[in-house]
This record gives sequence, C-alpha cells and structure tokens, in this order.
Amino acid sequence: MSKDTDRRAFLKGSVLLPALGAAACSPPATHQDDLAASAPAAATPAAADYKPAFFTPAEWAFVQAACARLIPNDANGPGALELGVPQFIDRQMGTPYGAAAAWYMQGPFFEGKPEFGYQSQLTPKQQYRLGIRAIDAWCAKTHGKVLADLDAKTQDDVLKQVEAGKVKSDDLPLDVFFTAFLLKNVMEGYFGDPMYGGNRDMAAWKMIGHPGARADFLEWVDKPAAYPYGPVDLHGRQA
Amino acid sequence: MAIRNKPVDVVIVGLGWTGAILAIELAKAGLEVLALERGEDQDTVPDWAYPKVVDEIAQSARNGLLQNLSKTTVTLRHDQADRALPYRQIGSFKPGTGVGGAGIHWSGVHSRVMPEELRLKSHVTERYGRKFIPEGMQLQDWGITYDELEPHFDRFEYVCGTSGKAGNIGGVKSPGGNPFEAARSREFPLPPLKDPPTSVLFAKATRELGYNPYSLPAANASQPYRNPYGCDIGPCNFCGFCSDYGCINYSKASPQTTILPALRQMKNFSYKTNAHVVRVNTASDGKTATGVTYIDGQGREVEQPAGMVVLAAFHLHNVRLMLSSKIGKPYDPKTGEGVIGRNFCYQVLNSINTFFDKSTYINPFMGSGGVGQAIDDFNADNFDHGPHGFIGGGVIWGRQTGAGPVRGIPLPKGAPKWGSSWKQAVKDNYLHTGRIEAQMSNMAYRGAFLDLDPTYRDAYGEPLLRMTLDWQDNDLRMSEFFGDKLNAIAKAMGATSASGRIIKRGDHWDTRAYQSTHINGGTSMGADPKTSAVNKYLQSWDVPNLFVLGANVFTHGICYNPTGLVGALAYWAAANIRDTYLKSPGPMVRT
Repeated sequence: MSKDTDRRAFLKGSVLLPALGAAACSPPATHQDDLAASAPAAATPAAADYKPAFFTPAEWAFVQAACARLIPNDANGPGALELGVPQFIDRQMGTPYGAAAAWYMQGPFFEGKPEFGYQSQLTPKQQYRLGIRAIDAWCAKTHGKVLADLDAKTQDDVLKQVEAGKVKSDDLPLDVFFTAFLLKNVMEGYFGDPMYGGNRDMAAWKMIGHPGARADFLEWVDKPAAYPYGPVDLHGRQA
Repeated sequence: MAIRNKPVDVVIVGLGWTGAILAIELAKAGLEVLALERGEDQDTVPDWAYPKVVDEIAQSARNGLLQNLSKTTVTLRHDQADRALPYRQIGSFKPGTGVGGAGIHWSGVHSRVMPEELRLKSHVTERYGRKFIPEGMQLQDWGITYDELEPHFDRFEYVCGTSGKAGNIGGVKSPGGNPFEAARSREFPLPPLKDPPTSVLFAKATRELGYNPYSLPAANASQPYRNPYGCDIGPCNFCGFCSDYGCINYSKASPQTTILPALRQMKNFSYKTNAHVVRVNTASDGKTATGVTYIDGQGREVEQPAGMVVLAAFHLHNVRLMLSSKIGKPYDPKTGEGVIGRNFCYQVLNSINTFFDKSTYINPFMGSGGVGQAIDDFNADNFDHGPHGFIGGGVIWGRQTGAGPVRGIPLPKGAPKWGSSWKQAVKDNYLHTGRIEAQMSNMAYRGAFLDLDPTYRDAYGEPLLRMTLDWQDNDLRMSEFFGDKLNAIAKAMGATSASGRIIKRGDHWDTRAYQSTHINGGTSMGADPKTSAVNKYLQSWDVPNLFVLGANVFTHGICYNPTGLVGALAYWAAANIRDTYLKSPGPMVRT
C-alpha cells in the first residue's frame, strides 16, 4: 500500500470510528483479507509498446485512426489516441463486456421499435469485427483506401456519414455500431480511470476539472467556487 | 427428486430492504427465519470500500451492482397488439441483485406519500367528480390510510437516519419544512444535508417564483447517527458516487448499514445466497403455502418447507413468482378481471440540464443521492387540477447526485457529439452544469399490465415476465405541464440554456435511457379481492400464509420516490403479522 493510499484509508477510517464503539450492532471486525479485497484491480495504464490482444493489425489501425478523429489532439489537450483509448477498447474486448456476458442474448431476435433498445445477437467483439470490416470496405470502394489511410478531413466525413446511417452494410446497422459501441467505448476509455488503459496521466480529467477518485467533498460542497485540487486515480496517484 | 431442507417458520424470498425488515421483525418475534437471496453476499467492506467502488467504469458503465440480465430479464411492449421484445441491456430501470438488493445502488431520496394518493379514486371523485376520470384509467383506493402508516414511516426514517426538516408535526406547521407535508409525529432523525450549488440556485429561483422550496428528505446521513437497532451510520461526505454505487462511508442507508449487522447476530435468523426461488409451493387445497422451491448455486433444485412465505424480492420477481406459482387470478386486460399483473405502472420523469456561464460553479462531481431542494406546489392534489384536466402531479427538484464524465457530460442543444468542437464544449460546460427534474405520478390503465411471456425464457427455463406499458394522454399532458414549469425554473435559476428530456404527446415509453427504477403495481393492495391481490396487511387474499411486499403492491405510480412507502408498508405488515396474524393465523380481512 502506498503512502498516499495509507493516508486516505486512515481518513476514510475516521468516519468509522464511532461504529467500532457500538455495542449491539457494530459492523463485524474488518480483517486484513477484507481490506486486501477492497483494493482496486491491478493498474495497467496505457503502455507505449502495447500489442493488441483482440484486434488484428488492420482493425488496430482503424481503431487508432477513429480515436484520433473522435477525440482529436488539439489546443485543449491530448486526444483519445494519445491517452491510450485504443488500448482501453482492446482490453475491454477481453472482459465479460466484450462477450456481452451480462446481456440477455437468447433468441429469437427481431427488429423492433428503437424504444426497445438493442435487439441484435452480436456481442461487442462481433460488432467491432464486422463494423470495422464494413466501414473499411466502404472506404476502399468509395475512396480507394481504408479509413486509416485517408486524410483527416475525409476520415471525419466518413465517420459523420456512418453516424448518420448513410453507410450501409448487410451485416449490421453501422450507425448503431458507431454510437452504441465505438463512440461510447471511446468516451469510456478517455474519461475512465487510467488503470483500464485510457486517460493516461488523468489528462482527460485535468482538461475538464474532474477530480477523479477524490470522493471527499464535505468541506467543499456548499462552496460554489473552483475546486482547488487536481485529480487522484484509483491507485492513489495524483496529477 | 428435489433436495428437501429442514422446515422453518418463515422463508423470505430476497434479502433487500423489505426482506431485511421482515426478517429482523419476525426474528424478534421469536420465529425461525430463513432468507433466500438469489445473488451474492456483499458488504461495505470489502465490496464498497474506498477506493475500489468509486469506479465509473465498473459501476456505471458495466453495471457492477445490477441484475445480470443473461440470467433473467423481462420483455417489453407498448401495446397488447405488439410482440414483446426482451430487455437485453440495462436501460430505463436498474434492478439490483445480491444481499441488500436495490437498497445498495439507490440514491437515498426518502419521501412518504401524500395521504390523498392512498385514496385516489375517492379523492378525485369527491373533488372533481366521476367524469373527471378518463375512460380506461383504472383508479383504485389502496385500502389503507396515511394515519395507519404514519408510525411505520416514522420507524423506517429512524432506522435509516434520514436527514430532513419537518414541515408539519402533528398538524402544526413547522417553519423551514415542506408546507405541503402530511402530518408527521416528530422531527426527522437528522437535520438536512448541506445544499450543493444546484440546490441553492433551485431554492432561490423557486422562492422568487412564489413556490415553497424545502430540503428533500434524504437517507444520506448529515451527521453520525445510531439507529434503533444499534447500527452506527457515518456522515455523508458528498463523494459523488451514490446512485449506481455502494456507499463508502456507511452514510447512505442500506440493509447493510441499518439492519443486517443486528440481524446477523440473531441465532434464529439465517440466509442463503445463490438461491434463486422459482416457485411458491402450495398444498393441494391451493390455499396454503407449504414453502418454496429454489435453484441453488450448483443448479440443483431444492425444496424449502416453511410455515409462512414472504415475497420480498424486487418488484419484477415478486410478480413473476405469483404468476408462475399460479396464486391469485391472472389479470385479463380484455375483461378487466383478475388481479395478478393488474395496475402495472411506472412514473413519468422529465429531466433537464441547466447550463451556466463560467462564473457559476456547480461542480457536479460533488453530491449525494438524496440531497436537494424540492417543491411540492404541484405534487399530488396540492393544486387545482380542474383547469388542467389531468389527474396526477409531481415533485420538482434541483438535486445534485454526483456526476462523473463516464456517466456522460450533458451539453447544450446543438453541440456536436465528438471532435474538437465537442471537446471544447465539454471543457467549457462540465463544471457549470446542473440538472433539475420533475418526477410525476403514473396512473393505472386497463391496458397496462404484467403477464408471462409466451416466447422468451430465462437461464432457469422459466418464462420471462412481460411488461405492457406506454404513456397515455392524461400522463403526457401532465408531463407537458411540468415541462413548462421546469423551463421557467431553469430560466429563473439564471441558466444560459437548458437541454434534456421533456416527455410530450406523441412520445412513447423509451426503455433505452435511464429514467428511474420506480416500476410498481402488479399485485395491488386493496379492500376488494376482485381488484387487489393482497389485503391491507399485504396478505394474499388466496393464500393467507403468503405475504407480498414491495412496490408491486402499489395501485398506481405515486409522485414521490417509492422506497419510503415500500419500507413503511414492510414495517406495517411486520407489525400486523406479529401482533395479529401469529396469534390467530388465517385471513386478516374477512370478505
């Protein structure tokens, strides 16, 4: 446990002190095992030499190109590519989410009114596989190159057309792939804790003024002013 | 052949709020009580300890605390003529799972109910006349009065350590509280929480508009507190991880913070996890419950005999168990007859984001689930509905519940969804955006109901519960009325613009975007067995040793958040079981 987590564990512990004195109903004594289990998952922030586990080289080039356009690097701060978002998405594909493990995926599958939400049997992994293939095929047919090889302006134009449902595929609705998977996961990776592989050095939090995992504002909640402290991540690092 | 366990006095299905309340109260009465929980065991430490739980990816994006829909879900449709489709991903409502149930990831808004809502049909008829009720609207009285429930509302608030300021103690108006409040017997256990910026702006604006803002009652403790069971609760630190999250500070009331530490010490109480109940078993007379059948963690079928069965799971599962156990007559929307599945309701929720200039700091990352200022000027029947021609009302609030960027950064109308301009917009707006909402009632209609889906089954091979529900004209016109109020309040707050969702005529129930988990009805309570599944003591009319708890006993979707009423009804049922039923088991209301 780092010094910083120690400090915060102590601060958090201080509100529990009265509980320890309760006669009838104090919470059961906390064991070392419990405290170990309350630690966040291992931190594996974005790495410079990351090798994708799920995406093929062609898909990886697409994901990197899309990240660079969806959240570009500009005067306001680094973009999704710089913060490791492609790594975040690749790693998410290896979690239960990638396999839609918590979704109801039994058939029969019917298209329905949009208000009834996702009705496809495609998992997130299958969405990426089919979605990238379809968009790259459309780019090759229309522009003679896959998305990653197009210039930024043309990439933006392609992504806008995909978002608007103007690029069609027999395999899947590409506007759904764009909004409910690609863009959604890019946002998650950009703003999620760095331990998941995106938001390197908490730069996205710094850009918008989000303090990350500080989670303690008793002295600040009634002050409508700028909060003075920078973010902290789940492993206690400050930025 | 099923494994058969040793009989117990009481078996409780589900160990969330109502299960924990019934368990401790019946165990205190000396009964041997067993609770069966379908999910895992979980507790503040280690599951919601800092820093692990303040993780937006795990909790908000991946729904860490919610029901795993791959195991069981529901199907949805707007109309009886439609084919229902499965609720494949979490959207409009968020059922929980595991010990503590939805009492873990809730926000903490802890209201009661407006007295006239419990006798809505009588009240509307008396004030506006029978013709004011539109065709197809199925108004009913609940068969219980606010005064009967008052001690139990009080009890649940004192168990939770609820923060608030009384507006009406024993019929005497109490300054500083909600002037529309129904009489309470005493002050809240704790004073109101500090107001975050959204609430301060909301209170000022609504006061200027001539309304009566008050501190929303919150089961998020404003001070250290010891409850009647001897459980200690710590003060909320506005961490901003509340709804969707377990509480790091023992501050948000949950079964884990307020009941289970005492309950676990009782020798005549035990519980099993990974025990998914699929059936209430009845004797051959069909009038006596003999126990339940559940599927254990290894997939084995187990029979648990019991002298009394309490359904205390979440709404969806309680209703489905009644249907799959064939207890009570299923509702038929064609004839309007039958009771199980009848009066399925939700609430209507309008939510708008209020954007302020850069000198106004909202700091939305700070907050607490229940903290906020609210007005009841348009709640229930606190205003004359005659000129407006709709039935129902709502509470309007400026809450600040805690919002992080993975949960979504709202932007003004017309802002792009990605690219450099989007990035500029999130940078400009994040710290300066608040949210105000109107939470409205939802009336019962003849065509809105629950039954078993003919096509889809869950991982246990059981038919899914099917929901048939859509917004009706009465509710949509009410929603438009509240939309106008919200926009006027946003303007008075000094917002430079507002964007969000106002449900209006032509809109349909959208099950994709989160609204609230306040689904209700399906096993209504009441005085008439022809229109209710349970009597006023939440006792099945058909099987007197079966008690059914939860918001499924509502007869319409009330204006306030349901948990306060659900908890009070649980204490009410427990008190009557203890004081009356146990002395003379059998029907507590004769027909």
